[in-house]
Amino acid sequence: MTNLALLASRPAERPRRRLDPVALLACAFLVFLLLCALAPGLVSGRDPLAIAPAEAFSPPSPAHWFGTDESGRDIFSRLVWGARDSLLIGVSATAIGVGLGLVLGVLAALAGKIADVVTSRAIEVLLAFPGLMLALFLIALYGPGVGTAILSVGLSTAPGYARIIRTRLRTVASSGYAETARILGHHPLRVLLRTILPNAIAPILGIATLGIGQAIVWAAALSYLGLGVKPPAPEWGAMLAAARTYITSAWWMTLFPGLFIVLTVLATTLAPRLLARWGARA
Amino acid sequence: MGVPWRAVLWRAVGGLIVLWAAATATFFAIRAVPGDPAQAVLGGPGSQAGPEALAQVRAEYGFDQPLWMQYLRTLGRLASGELGTSYSLHRPVAAVIGEQLGGTLLLAVLALLVAWVLALAWLLATTRTRGPWNTLGSGVELVAAALPEFWLAAVLIVVFSSTLHWLPGLSDNTAGGLALPVLALAIPLAGFLAQTMRGSMMDSLTAPYSLSARARGERSTGLRLRHSIRHAAAPGIALSGWAFGYLIGGSVVIETIFARPGLGRTLYNAVTIRDVPLVTGIVLVSAAAYVLVTVLAEIVGGLVDPRPGRAAA
Repeated sequence: MTNLALLASRPAERPRRRLDPVALLACAFLVFLLLCALAPGLVSGRDPLAIAPAEAFSPPSPAHWFGTDESGRDIFSRLVWGARDSLLIGVSATAIGVGLGLVLGVLAALAGKIADVVTSRAIEVLLAFPGLMLALFLIALYGPGVGTAILSVGLSTAPGYARIIRTRLRTVASSGYAETARILGHHPLRVLLRTILPNAIAPILGIATLGIGQAIVWAAALSYLGLGVKPPAPEWGAMLAAARTYITSAWWMTLFPGLFIVLTVLATTLAPRLLARWGARA
Repeated sequence: MGVPWRAVLWRAVGGLIVLWAAATATFFAIRAVPGDPAQAVLGGPGSQAGPEALAQVRAEYGFDQPLWMQYLRTLGRLASGELGTSYSLHRPVAAVIGEQLGGTLLLAVLALLVAWVLALAWLLATTRTRGPWNTLGSGVELVAAALPEFWLAAVLIVVFSSTLHWLPGLSDNTAGGLALPVLALAIPLAGFLAQTMRGSMMDSLTAPYSLSARARGERSTGLRLRHSIRHAAAPGIALSGWAFGYLIGGSVVIETIFARPGLGRTLYNAVTIRDVPLVTGIVLVSAAAYVLVTVLAEIVGGLVDPRPGRAAA
């Protein structure tokens, strides 16, 4: 009784109707990155590979916003042109991860008890190769490269997605409307495709957006170690690796590529909030 | 709330099954490489392996025997702790791992502890039921969690080593030498941990038992230290298995940057020259460590969580 009274006295959380400015900024940055990836020439007119030895190691200035590297290449333009590689790796790795996670999650949640036990164990096995371990193992076997990086980052993220998808699907599958669809005698496949998946997909998409940021960081880590995209390609991780030699003399070579990675991760983390709010309103 | 031995036993059996499956997966992944399997073990198609080395590997792995025999043989060797021979170091993989494990464990355990201390201190300082502190708190957590450890390490080196000259940029096992690599691993992890625990900390502060504790005259700090922290810790501890895996993976980058001997740097070197036996051995040992920590985290989580009936459920 007293507990109920206490609970009732808690202020109810009111849904906020204002647009979240932070989430809006995050979306704006993602749009900017997308523009960089699709039409880098529009954002920066400079050639990211053009060497100008006379301008090597210029600190940030109006001419070179983020300074230049050891060959005099403009760092801002390299970051802009590098967005394509980073986004491509991030999106394709996440697509592999979510795709595999979806298969495992659907099997675990809806294909019966035995399938659940087996797939849940499979998920645990994938989880036992934490982070970069799986990627490094596959690279040792098949050699370094962008393809191996995408595949291995996708595989390492799949178990996380599978777990979330499994939980989400179970919640939807045990809901009243899914039950109704089943009682109406619809085919199980129809219930899955028309009722359960559409209702479970929105939060999964939000998590996938978040995962793109994580995938970009892992891919950058591989490139940083020299096992992903190779220099002189303007990939962010590879740029950071090249900056290591000049870390004491040319700090801008280290600072700005890292900032781009951090901003990308923050944007992919915060943007889903805006999407979720739109989803809630619709 | 004693330790529920039956549940612990079941978790241990589950862990063993996971390890067996992991070993099976690595076995078939190696065999799935197209071409001569002995060549694959010795560094791939581009390697300079001589005929004697290839013959030795064929004999050691029994590549002339049927696949199921090779598989059983591999499992048998793994079960007795034999991980094969590193062709680049010409030494048993198990001996190399035994030598390098200590430094990495020291790094990982210290980073895990520091991350927990940072996360809890930050939560205790910034979790309020109202006001701007929460927004600031979760904002900082968000940024901390978004920092890639390899970039953070570089920034720490620039600030504390090459600019301020407070700490060395190369790592050894002294307190000064450990500070930067530990921080580079711990700060992003602390961000993740605090993000995970903030929600349950908030819930706990507004829970009825907190109100009644306040009514009994408990101060705000006392409430946080005596009640909320245990509720908040449960999701964080559940994350510790994952966190440990993250640290082992992160040690690859961190040990390479700080030129620090350890398992991560050995793994990195082994990957660049494609020393498959050494890579496989390290990956399997870290998988075993991950499974062990996950089981331990579940047991500890059950003991810390004050809610009844939650012990290692």
